Amino acid sequence: MTYPVSFLAVLFFIIFVVMVLALSFYFARKTKTASGYFAAGGTIHWGVNGIAFAGDYLSAASFLGICGMIAFSGYDGFLYSIGYLAGWVVALFLIAEPMKRMGKFTFTDALDSKFNSKGIQLMAAISTLIVSICYLIPQMVGAGALVKPLLGLEHYVGVLIVGTIVIIIVSTAGMTSTTYVQFIKGGLLIIFSTILTVSLIINGLHKKPSDEYHDFVTLDAVFDGESYTPDSQDYKFAGTFKVKDSEFVKLEKDGIFTWWKVKGSDGEFKLEEALSSTIKPDEVVFYNGALASEGRFFQVGHISKLIMNGKEVEKTGSLDPFSFLSIIEESEIVRFAKTSVTDGDNEVTIWYQNPTSGKEIMRPGLKFKVDKGSTFWSKLNFISLMLALFLGTASLPHILIRYYTVPSQRDARKSTIVAICGIGFFYILTLYMGLGAMTHGVLDLSSSNMSAPLLAKYFGVGLFSIISAIAFATVLGTVSGLIVASSGAIAHDLMDRYMGIKMTEKQKVFAGKISALGIGMVAIILGILFKGMNVSFLVGWAFAVAASANLPAIIMLIFWKKTTAKGIASSIFVGIVAALSIILLSPDMFARYGFDKASSPISLSQPGIISIPLSFLTLVVVSLMTQKKKVKV
Amino acid sequence: MQQHEAVELGEDKAAKFKSKVGLILFGVYSFIYAGFVFVNTWSPKIMETKIILGLNLAVFYGFFLIILAIVMGIVYNHYCTKMENKLNVDEEENKE
Repeated sequence: MTYPVSFLAVLFFIIFVVMVLALSFYFARKTKTASGYFAAGGTIHWGVNGIAFAGDYLSAASFLGICGMIAFSGYDGFLYSIGYLAGWVVALFLIAEPMKRMGKFTFTDALDSKFNSKGIQLMAAISTLIVSICYLIPQMVGAGALVKPLLGLEHYVGVLIVGTIVIIIVSTAGMTSTTYVQFIKGGLLIIFSTILTVSLIINGLHKKPSDEYHDFVTLDAVFDGESYTPDSQDYKFAGTFKVKDSEFVKLEKDGIFTWWKVKGSDGEFKLEEALSSTIKPDEVVFYNGALASEGRFFQVGHISKLIMNGKEVEKTGSLDPFSFLSIIEESEIVRFAKTSVTDGDNEVTIWYQNPTSGKEIMRPGLKFKVDKGSTFWSKLNFISLMLALFLGTASLPHILIRYYTVPSQRDARKSTIVAICGIGFFYILTLYMGLGAMTHGVLDLSSSNMSAPLLAKYFGVGLFSIISAIAFATVLGTVSGLIVASSGAIAHDLMDRYMGIKMTEKQKVFAGKISALGIGMVAIILGILFKGMNVSFLVGWAFAVAASANLPAIIMLIFWKKTTAKGIASSIFVGIVAALSIILLSPDMFARYGFDKASSPISLSQPGIISIPLSFLTLVVVSLMTQKKKVKV
Repeated sequence: MQQHEAVELGEDKAAKFKSKVGLILFGVYSFIYAGFVFVNTWSPKIMETKIILGLNLAVFYGFFLIILAIVMGIVYNHYCTKMENKLNVDEEENKE
């Protein structure tokens, strides 16, 4: 799908970038020590730090990904919001203050605070780098994917722009400038998501989302045993294709080929219009039988039966936040299911109408296999995912380092509560924005990530431009945090602590800046290399690895006195290896390799439920085996 | 930018109390979260049940978990701050 370039969005983005770069250069003059560079000197106000937490945490995956998932799969997308938010409870009640008390610049400092162990320093730094890289790649690919439809620039240009700006932000004033970028971005995201949600609720729900919305055609047809003849003379039969239990027909009108789903039986058939994209052998893509520039790939998503107070209506008028949700639950919404066929040399993707009751949309089961067609393993996968989301947040290195930017434990606690308020409120909004996109005829079926910006466009170019600019800013804020965490792992954990390279304060800052430059360049290269790949699953990897490798070490260090350095290092190692092994051997990954899912040696795709307990167990066993013997006097 | 009322990082007499309260609240929240995951996994149809204000159990429980995290956080902070002020100030007064 193509979108007209929004110059207003470009203008807002430029204003944001100029503002954050000015801040970065302003703070650069004050950043002369390692503490200043890696931890903003521990001088950030807890309120600012709390919103910066939100700006750091609400990545493109949260904003664009969750809204898109709710728009396409209903309540199941909201389960991610709940899991991501619940993770902050672990951070607040168990982690925040001890991390502040024990650490200095990185979470490795906290783990190593009692031991001064080379093993912990190495393993924790490796874990930080793995988690951060897994998180960085989707952000950079997302930057490239956003820049093309919104600004009309090529993917690599988007990655270069984001990468360059972030390198400047981080390598000028490190954590201080990163904090203020995240603070501004987090604040803007919450404010404008609120404006979008209020606009949505006041606007209410309509059966026909807008006057421009495409009217999907249904044709009566006669089947003669080989072909379908539509009752309209305008259309000519051009082929029939079976996919599992469904049948699709290709029709031709005025030289344009379109795809239709066959419905009915016993001689009475109907052909229901579908959307399609066709990749020709020369890689040219046709949308609904025409080039993308002809605009035949319509935005979709509408309510087929709008029920209010038990009666079917055309529109509802203004609503309150509760009735907005309850009316959707009573109504029926047309979602679009996806399938693929091979038509000669062409690869065709078809999206066909799939009317779904609001009751199904507003409860779990459309994405996660917990209801129809579920198995023991699919249910276990769901539990494992919810466990990783719950335990992963409090073990993400780029989140943990924010505890060192405030002056005290009390501030660490308060800033976590501010973060919970901001993030929790935002996640409630995601349910409204996602359902709004689902019902307002704005969905681009080829990219669920565009759901929130396209919903904003429904309410005017101004809001669309601001939301699009914030989407870019979202990437900037999160990538900055990840690069600070990674540069800390290299310059502080590995060079200073593990290798023991003697450096002055000035040299430590320089090492941090060079590391940030290096990581930034790696991020740019990976962002370009992974172009076009759906890499959002890497965020799931980051959570699973963080929860498996880091959380057992942090929790046991705080609450179990017999924890030893070898126990911690071993549990991090086992957590990383177990989580990555299960992921790489999972049915989902086998499908990505091009193999049959059934040939996978394990049935789990989400590793947490095995790798987290295994990491805990390793820590306990190794710690018990490596206790120092008490010397009798 | 500076936070002047900050507790110094030296010794925090309230640490044990805060840790204990934190563990209890974490246990309570984990139990409620586990219940949410359990119902979603094994009885997803129950989530259709209407609860209040036209909201079904799925949405109500989800919103409840988010709001509960905020409320528990505020309550936790209230008691921790109270105990920090009491114990750490008492300590300073004793020194004087």
